[in-house]
Amino acid sequence: MKTHDVAIIGAGPAGMAAAIEATRNGLSTIILDENPAPGGQIYRSIETVPDQRAALLGPEYVSGRSLAADFRACSAEYVAAATVWNIDAGLQIHYSIAGKGSAQVTAGSLIIATGAIERPTPMPGWTLPGVTTAGALQVLLKAQGAINDDVVLVGSGPLLYLVADQMLKAGNAPRAIVETVPSGQLLKAARHLPKALKAFSYLRKGLSMMRRLSKAGVPVYGDASSIVVEGTNKVEAVRFLSKGKQHRIETTGVGLHQGVIPNQQITRLLGCEHHWHESQQCFVPALDDRFETSVEGVFVAGDGAGIGGAVSAVLRGRLVAMRIAEKNGRDTRLEQRAIQVQLAQDAAVRPFLETLYAPSPENIVPADDVMVCRCEEISAGQIRHAVDLGAPGPNQVKSYLRCGMGPCQGRMCGTTVATIIAEHRQKDIKEIDYYRIRPPLKPLALSELASIESEPTRHTPL
Amino acid sequence: MSTPSTADLVVIGSGIHGCSAALHAALRGLSVIVIEKDTAGRHASGVNAGGVRRLGRLLPEVPISDRSMNIWNKISNLVDDDCGFQKAPQIKVAETEDEMEAHRERVRVLNDMGFHHETILSQAELRDYLPAVSDHCIGGLASLEDGFALPYQTTFAFQRKAVKLGVRFYENTRAQKVQRDGKNWRVVTDRGTFSGTYLLNCAGAWAGNFAQQLGEYAPVEAIAPMMIVTARMPRFCNAVVGATGRPLSFKQMENGTVVIGGGLRGIASPETNGSQMLFGKLKQTADTAISIFPVMKTATIVRSWSGIEGRMPDDMPVIGRSSTEENVFHAFGFSAHGFQMGPGVGELMAELIATGETNAPIEPFNISRFTTKH
Repeated sequence: MKTHDVAIIGAGPAGMAAAIEATRNGLSTIILDENPAPGGQIYRSIETVPDQRAALLGPEYVSGRSLAADFRACSAEYVAAATVWNIDAGLQIHYSIAGKGSAQVTAGSLIIATGAIERPTPMPGWTLPGVTTAGALQVLLKAQGAINDDVVLVGSGPLLYLVADQMLKAGNAPRAIVETVPSGQLLKAARHLPKALKAFSYLRKGLSMMRRLSKAGVPVYGDASSIVVEGTNKVEAVRFLSKGKQHRIETTGVGLHQGVIPNQQITRLLGCEHHWHESQQCFVPALDDRFETSVEGVFVAGDGAGIGGAVSAVLRGRLVAMRIAEKNGRDTRLEQRAIQVQLAQDAAVRPFLETLYAPSPENIVPADDVMVCRCEEISAGQIRHAVDLGAPGPNQVKSYLRCGMGPCQGRMCGTTVATIIAEHRQKDIKEIDYYRIRPPLKPLALSELASIESEPTRHTPL
Repeated sequence: MSTPSTADLVVIGSGIHGCSAALHAALRGLSVIVIEKDTAGRHASGVNAGGVRRLGRLLPEVPISDRSMNIWNKISNLVDDDCGFQKAPQIKVAETEDEMEAHRERVRVLNDMGFHHETILSQAELRDYLPAVSDHCIGGLASLEDGFALPYQTTFAFQRKAVKLGVRFYENTRAQKVQRDGKNWRVVTDRGTFSGTYLLNCAGAWAGNFAQQLGEYAPVEAIAPMMIVTARMPRFCNAVVGATGRPLSFKQMENGTVVIGGGLRGIASPETNGSQMLFGKLKQTADTAISIFPVMKTATIVRSWSGIEGRMPDDMPVIGRSSTEENVFHAFGFSAHGFQMGPGVGELMAELIATGETNAPIEPFNISRFTTKH
């Protein structure tokens, strides 16, 4: 089995930056990524995107090109199409290469750069065919240039406007934007505005997107609530209240979005401590000031460390690599300090965005008849019933109802289940905690398990 | 009259055995406190493979397992919950003629003991029960009236029924010391002291410590049997299947997922409640499953897990009175096959505690069997 100084999981902005910085500091580095090419979600298809598509995706997206080029030029061993399915307590990584079986690798330090996932948005009808997420719509656009020409975007967050703007530029504006941001929320967020001005470019970009959409006549329904996706076998309409008035928009496609949250599967698997991020309304791994988790040698870079966006992800990736270089005897303190300053500036816009685009309460704690665990088809009401019977937390509810036991391993329902339990028991969500995550992190063929090399494992129990 | 921290009986551990004993003791009119360092069913009782199996048990266990089966058959009457219990054949597949012969011999012995639940399956009969079984399997041993249940749902149901009957559970409360206090027994925990006339040690992998405090030697080993579960598959198996010459326990659940276990062990860390999967070892489980059911070549694993269990050196549980102290009892060390016995052992422990005797043949399980060897 191969051993490296550093193993990085994920070749998005954080992972690529970490690989560049680690190798620049002389650390032997391997980077594993699930996709066939580098870029992650934000810079998906960055190396192959045609110019025309790149233009409509915008300059922030295009800026990923040079990062990807630097990444390709660095000496890190890059393993594409590698699905990490287990990391054991000795930091031995098991990964699977599609059609080629499993391999293992270890490293002195591990950088988890697996980014964010879209916050699940349980609501009536959200499992109907035709319902997708804003992020998934963008994936199609980046990877295939495909655009659904009949979509209502529903939810809140910067990505909702970004996707709408990109669709508009591509000539297929969304039918409408149904925004769950309550009236008065802007006022609440305004107190963070002075700080946010330090990162003015984000605000300017947001405002110009909104202007373009308004000019193009894309209707925006604000203060939306009681949202229901209607349909029998597929989406037929979206029904909602906006500013107290009932609306119904017929459509065959719905793109949901309520912001993004860290992908915690690996840090949970490794038993890293997590805490609840009040402002981002999600669990984040507990990290020190330079992104090391409670498990020694395990670092998190990028949005997995708390949502910060692509620019911060690059900075965090570099910082983590420098920190590891420092541990390996290289003095990188000055450079680290410079990056900390840039990070602070880039993060200045976050409190404003987090307050303005706080997730909609009716998605966070959905009504009883709404399905929460899609794999096992468990509703919010069933979860509340299990709590009424005496199940105290997510793991007991999981054992009792099977929610979180399906192929997605709880990624899609974990945060919702914890939130519902906390609300129903009227406890702080910190006390409620989260599912224990078990390997494999992603489904693994039994035949592949049957053919793995059997190697001795270090006896360092979790 | 019992105060919040006193009762007739204090039970340490709320696995299936602690919960069942508490429930049955309450049915006999005893006041009961259960002390649990985590939550009910957190370890082996909540995460085992769920087999409700008399098939293939060690001979001394057979009468008790059979007694427990009678309770399983009416489980809803006892706990107001079906526990996900379903009757299903339990079958041990034989892959060689030697294995078949061993099965035939076992059936003869059981019949001599007066038990007739295990029968030989010819190759044709095996295929009737298991159409997907590999051609190389030549027959098997079966207990056709066994079954399986959902382990967490079961332990949780026992706990809830016990609560309904007045049993007081103190979860997230770690028992530290057991001490005599005049005629009573005192259990010192990190959340206060509890006392009772009787003390029952159902602490599973953690039970050895309490036995030691009572001056008894019980070499409990903490083990972590590993299990895997697949994504849903079209129905191909209606029985719970084991192999004879290699470790395997295999069943397809109602929802189509296939749960595969068989006793291969990961690393247990009882100090931290943690356990670690060893995929290098699970390779063998995957091999065996595919070899006995070739359709498993197409299966996808979605999850693996293990739960910490107490194992005794002879793979037999400790059931019965303390050998050193009055009014102290043990039921632990079920060595990865205690789930089915939970209802029955709880019942007989309650009988033993409340009446001073039981007609169940529990002598082979006496804790002193380790002391005398020492």
